[in-house]
Amino acid sequence: MDTPTINDLNICVATENGSGSASSNNILFKAIFKMGIPCSSKNMFPSNIQGLPTWYQIRASAEGYLSRKDVIDVMVMFNDATAAKDIYRVRDGGLILYDDSTPLSAQLKRDGVQYVGVPANKLITKLVPASPLRAKQRNMIYVGALACLFGIDMEVIKAVLEDTFGKKPAVIESNLLCIDAGYQYVKEKGFTQNIARLQVISNGNKGKIITEGNTAAALGAIYGGASVICWYPITPSSSLAESMEYYLPKLRKAKDGKKTYAIVQAEDEIASAGMVAGAGWAGARAMTSTSGPGVSLMNETIGLAYYAEIPCVFFIIQRGGPSTGLPTRTQQADISLMYGASHGDTRHILLIPHDMNSCFDFGRRSFDFADRFQTPVFVAMDLDLGMNFWSSDPLHLEKQPYDYGKRLSADQLEEWTKAGKKFRRYFDQDGDGIPYRTVPGNQHRMASYFTRGSGHDADAKYSEDENDYKYILDRLKKKFETARKFVPKPIVEKERGVKTGIICYGSSYEAVREARDRLKARGLKTNHMLIRALPLTKEVQDFLVEHDTIYFVEQNRDAQMAAIIKDEHPELGSKIISILVYNGLPVTAGEVVKQIFDAAQSAELKTAQM
Amino acid sequence: MAEAKVNRINLTEKDYEGAPSTMCRGCGHDAISASIMRAYFESSIDPRKVVKLSGIGCSSKTPAYFLSQSFGFNAVHGRMSAVATGANLANHTLLPIGVSGDGDTSAIGLGNFCHMMRRNVNITYVIENNGVYGLTKGQFSATADVGAVMKGGKVNDIPAIDIAELAITLGATYVARSFSGDRKQLTPLVQGSLAHQGSAILDVISPCVTFNNHEGSTKSLKYVKGHLDPIHDIDFIPPYENIEADYDEGTDHEVELHDGSRIILHKLSKDYDPTNKAQAIQAIHASIAEGKFLTGLIYYNPNRKEFAEELNLCDIPLSELTQDDLQPALEALEAINADMMK
Repeated sequence: MDTPTINDLNICVATENGSGSASSNNILFKAIFKMGIPCSSKNMFPSNIQGLPTWYQIRASAEGYLSRKDVIDVMVMFNDATAAKDIYRVRDGGLILYDDSTPLSAQLKRDGVQYVGVPANKLITKLVPASPLRAKQRNMIYVGALACLFGIDMEVIKAVLEDTFGKKPAVIESNLLCIDAGYQYVKEKGFTQNIARLQVISNGNKGKIITEGNTAAALGAIYGGASVICWYPITPSSSLAESMEYYLPKLRKAKDGKKTYAIVQAEDEIASAGMVAGAGWAGARAMTSTSGPGVSLMNETIGLAYYAEIPCVFFIIQRGGPSTGLPTRTQQADISLMYGASHGDTRHILLIPHDMNSCFDFGRRSFDFADRFQTPVFVAMDLDLGMNFWSSDPLHLEKQPYDYGKRLSADQLEEWTKAGKKFRRYFDQDGDGIPYRTVPGNQHRMASYFTRGSGHDADAKYSEDENDYKYILDRLKKKFETARKFVPKPIVEKERGVKTGIICYGSSYEAVREARDRLKARGLKTNHMLIRALPLTKEVQDFLVEHDTIYFVEQNRDAQMAAIIKDEHPELGSKIISILVYNGLPVTAGEVVKQIFDAAQSAELKTAQM
Repeated sequence: MAEAKVNRINLTEKDYEGAPSTMCRGCGHDAISASIMRAYFESSIDPRKVVKLSGIGCSSKTPAYFLSQSFGFNAVHGRMSAVATGANLANHTLLPIGVSGDGDTSAIGLGNFCHMMRRNVNITYVIENNGVYGLTKGQFSATADVGAVMKGGKVNDIPAIDIAELAITLGATYVARSFSGDRKQLTPLVQGSLAHQGSAILDVISPCVTFNNHEGSTKSLKYVKGHLDPIHDIDFIPPYENIEADYDEGTDHEVELHDGSRIILHKLSKDYDPTNKAQAIQAIHASIAEGKFLTGLIYYNPNRKEFAEELNLCDIPLSELTQDDLQPALEALEAINADMMK
């Protein structure tokens, strides 16, 4: 028998959604976190309110790997509907925990796996009075059972219950009763396992927070000065706007007892985008949050904002496409959609966070970019980042003044006028492609102009003249080139002499980090680049030049970001081998390693054949 | 030479003008613009406090032809309602006027329009209603009447949307209908809408000189083409005068449009109660049944708060708040972090 690992354990819990399992899973996850063990959670929930299967993975990793792991050590099989498939999810030598209130059918017995049965239904029937609550408490039994099997002290469970339900002692008590019942049952039966031990790491998670990306982004937006938030509910972005609804009243001091923000739930995404454009035009820091289908709907207005040069921020939490797709699964398949949103020649700025702190930081800075470049800015996240709970360093606020960009006040206009300088709304005054603007409410006689999505000249006059038109399009491109120097640069990790590189972006970061360690252990050293924005900065080109082979990890089918790179650097693009993961589940190090090895082997074969 | 008349803020009528119009000669929209300019002038409103909005279409071009000192935003087709709502949230001290057409508002823009009125967003919303899509050359719009004949003989067989009725049902708090040729009625209705706080909807019938030509009319495009000996191809637009209607309260009036069809305008008598929603809708239905257009101030609700007030926005416009107002203290973030450590 193998010796049990210390703090290296991957649990998958199969339940029915709406059964209270979110609560029990959260307690389990928080308990492991409280023990100081690096851990992560991944929720695979259905697009439904009640009654469909849901799986929740908790990974404890002594080495600090936080991405999803494909090899499952422990399967908690608490959903009869999926049991037939669930028995095969766990690895050989793994453990299945199930409710043996009724005996397990022969079809659900698999060799080479340890079965631990706990009569959860029977236990709660004794403990909990008949009520809708009783069914929900069933899941607490497995929390206790796992705690006993793997070494979570009941004191830790109690502390987590206090933290979570501090204001509701009755809830703490009933949960504790059921958790303890599961614990005691396993203890009295003397069930043991040899897979893993969970052991406290003193101060292991000290100073770390747990949050979801949507909350981090929402807080970033609040700290960044968002004052007009117009949104339409869609999974997985609703919780970003709802976080703002929660935090804004607490964080923004009321002006004369009234509000310094407007949150409007619009009638659809098109209206949301229109409101954001109107508000941005009128000088407020305006934003929306949505997912891929919302971007499709908003395309026309995005083009208007691009051409009329109106600051707007779009938080996009990507999910499985196309069409309605997989509303509750993750993906990075809206990159090309965002980059080139709307008809005509358009190009947009994307800020791409990869962890909780960058969700917060890019959320905050997105408004500065929108104001500075007078254009739509996308904060490109995904469901994995946005809706899963990640452990992280505390959210950090960079103390920086807001950048309102080239916005002229009435006083500044008066100075211009006195100096004989004319305010021309769409003119390249400074040579960087960025014009000056005024906003409605500016009382100076030279301030007003007509904003339009139709062809215009440098003075904002309606124009169908071919030279006027081309001037604007060329200047917009020039403006975008200027943005290249200002957007967040990639994070590069490299060693001299290493000729293989891996590039990724967003939530792929954690899996790639782990993959690189595994590849190194198997003899393949790699350098790494994390892309954090579009347009591509010079560092991307440098990285391509410096390496012979580049593996590009993306969570979409058509290698969308790689296509952008190949388009801008055709002479270097042939070095890129795409590593694509797009089944809707968060990418794992295992998949990345496998695809890289397959690609490397077939390359070797090709070389050998030559 | 007589001095130009000045209003209470020392501006002349010229100060309310805009760029020269590009509408067809005789177009009803220009008459509406004239009424709008007159209304602002008479009401002594500072153009710098006004924002002009529009969608896409012939009527949506017209804000460029009045109040050149005001900021303007010609948005995208059907979305003026949403854009106006956003602008209003960003700065509720500005006075919005939106000019839209029947296609822009009652077809593509129908959804957004309905919700804007539900919210009672503060705006003077003018629909320049001619039953066609002028700028794309004459297709039926959603306000075209059943039995209306368009060019090519196509007959409209789908019932029309009555914008005024819709506005009353959905929560607009000032609903009026008028006619571009009746400046005596329209100007004061516009003035009332400017003074109103909330969604003020003005459904203004505005004949399309160019594309609402009646089959069989001797002034129709088909007839003229049939009698031409052309040397080369030319686009031809007849130079019509504006039609003015002037009639007594309580009586009907017949107006001949450029294509030869007729509208009958029936004005409200003085003892009509415009605050009675049910009566207003009934009155519109009764009028339609007689083949007439009900004009005047049809419905008025002074009791509903406008949107920005309902949201309890601070007096200073959101667009003028500073970092000091908007960025919470670092201590607050530290407290949130501490909370997330549990």
